[in-house]
Amino acid sequence: MRPFRLPKRCTVPKPTGFLEYTREDAPKRPVEVRVRDFREIEEFLPWDRVERQAARCMDCGIPFCHVYGCPVKNRMPDFNELVYRRQWRRALDILHSTNNFPEITGRICPAPCEAACTLSIHQPPVAIRLIELEIVERGWREGWIQPQPAEERTGKKVAIVGSGPAGLAAAQQLGRNGHEVVVFEKADRIGGILRYGIPDFKLEKWILDRRLNQMREEGVRFETGVDAGTDLSPRYLQRTFDAILITAGASRPRDLNIPGRDLGGIHFAMDFLVQQNKRNAGDRIPKEQEILASGKKVVVIGGGDTGSDCVGTSRRQGAIDICQIEILPKPADVRPADNPWPVWPKVLKTSTSHEEGCTRLWSILTREFLGEGGQVKKLHCVKLEWTDTGQSGKPAFREIPGSDFELNADLVLLSLGFLHTEHGPLVEGLKISADNAGNLAVQEGHRTSVPGIFAAGDCVLGASLVVRAIMQGREAAADVDRYLMGKENY
Amino acid sequence: MNGFNIERRADGTLTPYGLYDPANGHDSCGVGFVAQLDGQPRHSVVQDVLRVLINLEHRGAIGGDKTTGDGAGLLLQMPDLFFRQVCEDQRLILPALNDYAVAMVFLPTDTVPAERAMKVFESAVQQEGCEVLGWRTVPTVSAGLGEFARSTQPEIRQLFVGRGAVAPEQFERKLYVIRRVVEKEVAGWLDQDTSQFYVPSFSSRTVNYKGLLTGTQLASFYPDLSDPRLACSFSVVHQRYSTNTFPSWNLAQPFRFLGHNGEINTLRGNINAMKAREATLESDLFGPDLEKIKPVIVEGGSDSAIFDNVLELLVAAGRSLPHAVMMMIPEAWGSKFHISEDKRAFYEYHAAIMEPWDGPAALIFTDGRYIGGTLDRNGLRPARYTVTRDGMVVMASETGVLEIAGDRILRCGRLQPGRMFLVDLAQHRIVPDNEVKAKISRHRPYRHWLKDHVIGLRGLFVPPQIPKEDPDILRRKQHAFGYTDEELKRVLSPMASRGQEAVGSMGNDAAPAVLSNRPQLLFSYFKQLFAQVTNPPIDPLREELVMSLTGFVGREKNLLGETPEHCARLKLPHPLLTPQDMMRLRQTTHPDIIPAEIDTLFPADGNGEALAEALDTIFRRAERHIRNDATILILTDRRSDREHAPIPALLAAAGLHHHLIRKGLRTSASLVVETGEAREIMHFALLLGYGTNAICPYVALSSIREMADLGLLEEEIKADQAVDAYITAIKKGLLKTFSRLGISTVRSYLGAQMFEAVGLNRSVVDRYFCGTASRIGGISLNEIAAETRARHRRGFPLRGKPAPLLDPGGDYHIRNGGEKHLMSPEVVYHLQYAVRANCEKAYREFSRLVNEQSHGCATLRSLFRFKKTEPIPVEEVEPVEAIFPRFVSAAMSFGSISREAHETIAIAMNRLGANSNSGEGGEDPARYYPLPNGDSKRSNIKQVASARFGVTTEYIVQSKELQIKIAQGAKPGEGGQLPGHKVNEDIARVRHTIPGVTLISPPPHHDIYSIEDLSQLIFDLKAVNPNARISVKLVSEAGVGTVAAAVAKAKADMVLISGYDGGTGASPLTSIKHAGLPWELGLAETQQTLVNNRLRDRIRVQVDGQLRTGRDVAIAALMGAEEFGFGTVVLVTLGCVMMRKCHLNTCPVGVATQDPELRRRFGGTPEYVERYFRFLAQELREYMAQLGFRTLDGMIGRVDLLEVEPAIDHWKARGLDFSAILAPPRNTNGGPLRCIRRQEHELNKALDCQLIRLCTPALENGEPVQLEMPIRNVHRTVCGMLSGEIARRYGAKGLPDNTIQIRFEGSAGQSFGMALAPGITACIVGDANDYLGKSMSGGRIVLVPPANVTYLPHENVIGGNVFLYGATGGELYVYGIVGERFAIRNSGASAVVEGVGDHGCEYMTGGVVVILGPTGSNFAAGMSGGIAYVYDETQLFDTRCNLDMVDLESVWTVEDKQQLRTMIEQHVRYTGSIRGKMILDNWESQLPLFVKVMPIEYRKVLERMRLQQHLDDETVSATEEVYRA
Repeated sequence: MRPFRLPKRCTVPKPTGFLEYTREDAPKRPVEVRVRDFREIEEFLPWDRVERQAARCMDCGIPFCHVYGCPVKNRMPDFNELVYRRQWRRALDILHSTNNFPEITGRICPAPCEAACTLSIHQPPVAIRLIELEIVERGWREGWIQPQPAEERTGKKVAIVGSGPAGLAAAQQLGRNGHEVVVFEKADRIGGILRYGIPDFKLEKWILDRRLNQMREEGVRFETGVDAGTDLSPRYLQRTFDAILITAGASRPRDLNIPGRDLGGIHFAMDFLVQQNKRNAGDRIPKEQEILASGKKVVVIGGGDTGSDCVGTSRRQGAIDICQIEILPKPADVRPADNPWPVWPKVLKTSTSHEEGCTRLWSILTREFLGEGGQVKKLHCVKLEWTDTGQSGKPAFREIPGSDFELNADLVLLSLGFLHTEHGPLVEGLKISADNAGNLAVQEGHRTSVPGIFAAGDCVLGASLVVRAIMQGREAAADVDRYLMGKENY
Repeated sequence: MNGFNIERRADGTLTPYGLYDPANGHDSCGVGFVAQLDGQPRHSVVQDVLRVLINLEHRGAIGGDKTTGDGAGLLLQMPDLFFRQVCEDQRLILPALNDYAVAMVFLPTDTVPAERAMKVFESAVQQEGCEVLGWRTVPTVSAGLGEFARSTQPEIRQLFVGRGAVAPEQFERKLYVIRRVVEKEVAGWLDQDTSQFYVPSFSSRTVNYKGLLTGTQLASFYPDLSDPRLACSFSVVHQRYSTNTFPSWNLAQPFRFLGHNGEINTLRGNINAMKAREATLESDLFGPDLEKIKPVIVEGGSDSAIFDNVLELLVAAGRSLPHAVMMMIPEAWGSKFHISEDKRAFYEYHAAIMEPWDGPAALIFTDGRYIGGTLDRNGLRPARYTVTRDGMVVMASETGVLEIAGDRILRCGRLQPGRMFLVDLAQHRIVPDNEVKAKISRHRPYRHWLKDHVIGLRGLFVPPQIPKEDPDILRRKQHAFGYTDEELKRVLSPMASRGQEAVGSMGNDAAPAVLSNRPQLLFSYFKQLFAQVTNPPIDPLREELVMSLTGFVGREKNLLGETPEHCARLKLPHPLLTPQDMMRLRQTTHPDIIPAEIDTLFPADGNGEALAEALDTIFRRAERHIRNDATILILTDRRSDREHAPIPALLAAAGLHHHLIRKGLRTSASLVVETGEAREIMHFALLLGYGTNAICPYVALSSIREMADLGLLEEEIKADQAVDAYITAIKKGLLKTFSRLGISTVRSYLGAQMFEAVGLNRSVVDRYFCGTASRIGGISLNEIAAETRARHRRGFPLRGKPAPLLDPGGDYHIRNGGEKHLMSPEVVYHLQYAVRANCEKAYREFSRLVNEQSHGCATLRSLFRFKKTEPIPVEEVEPVEAIFPRFVSAAMSFGSISREAHETIAIAMNRLGANSNSGEGGEDPARYYPLPNGDSKRSNIKQVASARFGVTTEYIVQSKELQIKIAQGAKPGEGGQLPGHKVNEDIARVRHTIPGVTLISPPPHHDIYSIEDLSQLIFDLKAVNPNARISVKLVSEAGVGTVAAAVAKAKADMVLISGYDGGTGASPLTSIKHAGLPWELGLAETQQTLVNNRLRDRIRVQVDGQLRTGRDVAIAALMGAEEFGFGTVVLVTLGCVMMRKCHLNTCPVGVATQDPELRRRFGGTPEYVERYFRFLAQELREYMAQLGFRTLDGMIGRVDLLEVEPAIDHWKARGLDFSAILAPPRNTNGGPLRCIRRQEHELNKALDCQLIRLCTPALENGEPVQLEMPIRNVHRTVCGMLSGEIARRYGAKGLPDNTIQIRFEGSAGQSFGMALAPGITACIVGDANDYLGKSMSGGRIVLVPPANVTYLPHENVIGGNVFLYGATGGELYVYGIVGERFAIRNSGASAVVEGVGDHGCEYMTGGVVVILGPTGSNFAAGMSGGIAYVYDETQLFDTRCNLDMVDLESVWTVEDKQQLRTMIEQHVRYTGSIRGKMILDNWESQLPLFVKVMPIEYRKVLERMRLQQHLDDETVSATEEVYRA
């Protein structure tokens, strides 16, 4: 069959691979090229070089990456070993056994696994994300990823509200268990944050469609443009479905209520990002609703990932100047003593968007938006000094007297994080209780206060990582299955 | 046990209580005999033999009351004249010799049962047709006896019995029958304590005087023995050393036929096999009487007693005594031995009839006509003999037990492994081994019988190719049998790729099976037992030639008969069958191979009841098949399907095995198990150990084939090769498992049940695993069924298809959803953070996580809690500084961990005032001296392990504690190997070898084959360094308590009980997971046994094994430990992240690696370790305060303050019963629960005290001293103290050569020249016992026969076994032949000797040995360094040499010739050797006869060094040239 016989594995002996190879990351398209479009920045490493990266995995006795770092508990040591052995297909099976959408996490996950990688005590960690991505993309290329419809149908019906990562993961799991699954999405397309939150330069949307097609063929039904609770009454849903799983995300953004907030040109980050994603998908945005950075001075408030996405998007739209400000102090370049391996490193992260150019300021408090003609023009800011020992031991800040300064801005994007899920008619109509933070309160087994109704993902956790949402979706699916079937399948 | 409830019976034996079980006792000892070839009775024989006994006294032991010996006795030829006269005194006229018999009877002291027993005896005698002549009260003097001996002393009488109407040739047989009838009758009185009743002998040929005495007490206790009228021509003596600390009168030796110095390792299997055979016994000689003697084996006897029972039966049923002995203790007869074909045939024939009674043994046996001795196949006990010109033969465990003038000696010899030595008193001659055996092996045409009747597997039927397993079906089966991805990858793949079991490291921190949440295979509830102290494990690699996997299946015939059909059984080269083999078996038409199939299935939804029912059905079917003539029962789970789940194979097989034993049918058919469940070595070992004859692991084999086809194996190999490799790996693993116990053959291992169950309840064990220890109860059939169901459902899910992937596992490396592990990521993180940031909060979190995980049921102790007591303020508790000295870091050798890690630990422990342990790799002398800043890198505790690496005189004197490592938690009963590539400059220097040479640690200490040997080694070490305390490291297992008691009696100062789960550098996975037990069990048993036996006051107890937190320590203290060891946790403080890669040298944090690159990454500091111990001690103080203890001393042994956590809701743990563990010691009368006094070593009585005094000028001023003095075998470890003294004053370099010259005349005792220091030249004129030159570090020993001997020295044995063990320097010249294992593990001494026994130069790593005479077999096994020159007269040396690691070369280079000649010249100079002189005189003609034994690796290393030297030279000259130019 094979035209030539490859050696069984890459030629480095695996136990010493970490000593023989250094870490290699995926190449990125050059900045000057990539800012001209919205296509993905990262390219692929040739597969034989990926194998060498896999040979760096030390197969630890305690795989911190797997049991400590990874929310979905991907079995890194196992798939690394298989990649090293050129058993790509088997590696794919292992990868899929814990993660429904490795092609997504392989692109956008901040990889807490790599932060927890034992190798990172002394060396750069194993390039786990890159390996993960290569495994799954090879699976798609080779046609190994096929629909896996359930052999027997259970006759049970499950409604899933919200089609973000949690909802999709749950839908796929439940569908494969033989349940009839309908996913309700109030937006016009399926995918939630994956579709509209994440810019294309990080995740092109055909990737999502490819997976959705598989799910459709497995029998999952998607209903877009349906606001469950409004378009369908809660009672109807309860009557029609044996179980309801709410995976509505945590979309209510944190606002910045300071003077001048009502000026024009101040928008929530997500509104800005969604628009661009729609535009990329070929939608036309009515002129009056357009939020565009082209030719503008942009200030992004909030130093997180969403903020970073705003930076990249603004750059691509043609902003003339971009500044990102953050209230917290600038993190160190290396791990501080009280932030040791394997916990998530609080160090300075430079995203691809930052590489593309923007000013970053830390310890900045915005006092006021100043505008002209109802349109924002400036931000009045002040510098802060942080101390570790405020009241109750938490870090605290104080304004540095006389450090006031102004920042020019035509467009201000607020990316200050998210509060919690929207408590829409569904939640209220079903009287699902929420916790103090506004998240839906669940007990063990992802059960809400209402029997037969489950919740998972950011609407329970608060805004978090995609990978954590996937984990939630998978867990909730298992719980729903148990609820429907009475006992476990084995 | 009798029907009334007592703690101690009248004979002094304790009834089982708590974890103490008297059945765990072992014994060893000294034996000897004296015989006169002329057969003339004389009293001098008795006097001589008593002297022998007294001179062997140091081989015996004394119990808790300090005066009670463990037993001594004397078996002598019927002293006709004496009895005739003493009987006349009481008007009893005896018939002619041989027409009367004497029963020596121990009667209960209580007169009621005593009289009743006498009545019964008399009536039995009459019933059987003999005549009661009368009773004689044997005079005894109990003055001087120990308190315990006196309190249990029976009434001793002799019954004289006339032959009556019984035919002369039936007389002995009748006596046997009578004795059995009486014994059974008396044992049946349940209303009375008849434990004292015993018949030491009942014969017309011999009589036995024995008791709970020491050798010296024997003669005074029995005035008969001093009576000059008591005359005989031979007598056997025995001095006992029992681990069982309440030894009894009855178990003193000799028994009726033998004195045994040894241990039957396979006893349980032998007993079961004998029970099984009883139903088919038939004998014309006995006729219907045969029923009266059954059961043959008397319960409650020691191994030697039981051996005696069976030997008696075989002899009574018509086999000659030597024949019976050859059957029971066959020598090794594998293809590597050059023995006669008839003899091989004899052994093979008998292999089909009876399994060997395996274990180390020196056996002296007699039936009144023959008296002889034999050794086990390994030669693990010494036996030396001397024959005098006037016809006296003396044989004993030591030479020199009688002083015999040199010119009186005709011959000196020793018993060789497997050989026999026979004195025929009727023919007045000594019959040599080959003659005895030739005669016996030719008296029937065994060879022809075998040829005509033995059946071979290959000859049965040629099957077609077996089709491949369907992948989907295979997957289902893998699920249903609980296969995990991890198992395939980590367990099966290495075996199938490399033919080797995989190696792992860092011990085992996973939950025991009974506390696991995952469905566990039944196999996981068992732990392997292993040999420690009382018998040595074997090296299955280097001494493989004594081991065998050959077995026979089919119907066994009557044990007492001897027909050609006895060997008509199927011979299997090993117990693993492939599916092809199964097809052969199934389709055969051979008339003797009649297979019958039984499905081992039960309803897939069935509970325990259904399981029990299914098992009963299997048993019934098996019976029916056997009655229908089936000779092989095939238990198969192949046909399991959705509705039928497989019964755990072990349950079915073991249950059936026991059922058939009970029904007397076991020998009628063999059990072949075809199961998908078995895959690991442990699984096969268990099935075999519980009676399965052969196993076909079809799912494992199919899985391997699939992996090979898919390319998932480690190596790119074909499926057939992979299967072969896997079978090879299993075979090797099985040998390792047997060898761990000192068992050599699978035939003895079958049914030997060398396991302890952990977590099975009594009803399961009693019904299916009868006789297995299971001390904490556990699950029942219900849970077993539930676990099986859970697995089965994975293969046959209720909905849909089974999962495409197997369960990830997680037993070895953590996986999500897998097994619980004590060391979780969070635990590691918090501990490391705590010690780095000195953050108490983080430590608390660590401790909480560990203790809580424990609550999550990962350890036995997690199920305990403290009782509520009156707390005290924590300030009142002793400070942490008072606690530190109790902490030690566990033994981790420099070599397994990096130098940086090793030294950091030492510094930290020294700063704390705690102790660090060097591990077994020696220690760099530079570390003996403190650093400028006051820190010290010295390890206070220095280990003495089996390889003795780096154990020099200086090492010994530089220690505060010397620890004899008997076993290691992670791999008890196993050796180790440090591959050459890991031996760098530093390690080589410290271990006294050269870099690049593989260093092998043998499984046993070759100077500890028995408990008396351990006592000798303790004495040796104490002599060299009297200030050091001596500790003995044991590993927890059933019976460790009795071993600990023996260790206490051997005068160790401390005993360490290690948990099985301790960390390790590298160990086979089976050993890590399945050998040994948690420390909780071992510690509790040790504490109970020591306290119950009043030995606790003199020995301290330490514990280690996954100790982590203050709670762990508090529990250990309450359970009886005074000191605590920490290993893994210390490494974690230093940066270890539990990679479990120690064995690969790739530790990425520089802890367990020698790679300089990685070592640079080491980031630990002593402060980290210190902080951890401070946090720990502080936490412990809080527990102490909570419990109300001000000092830890007060807390030790207060097990009454522990109770079982009542809220255990774990579904499996519910059945656990800890009452035995938590049982407070009984009958202590407020006796001490901890050590309060020192051992009395009696060093002041040593000859060395005198030597040191006489050598003062040399010691103090370096002036030369010359001495002469007599020496006897009771003088042990001579020159040891003196050498210690020298090393203490002068360090390793010692004194200048020949400063002290001593000439000893006589027989040197054991361990002569122990750790000899440079400057001493010791010459022995006479002979020497074992262990001469042990750990010799310099100096010179010369051993020559007495000047006036007339024999040829090079044909006679003047030295014992195991000379130069672990020597690192010095010279030895021996004018004569020495015993087995000469120069073993020598790494620096040079020696010349004129002949050696088996296993010469084993494990040698350095030094030069010249042998001017014959060698035994297996020369140079494991020899990785050094050179041996062998004078090979017969040119057959290569057949006796183990060529695995060495090449044989001729001696032709100038250097070699020079070296050899110089050494022989020295030899002649010191000894005057005739042979040496002859060789020198004819140098040119003799030189070609020499063979140079050159380790292959050593040669390479030397070449490399030479090349390097050469290169260096070249560089130098080049530079010089440049310079000149």
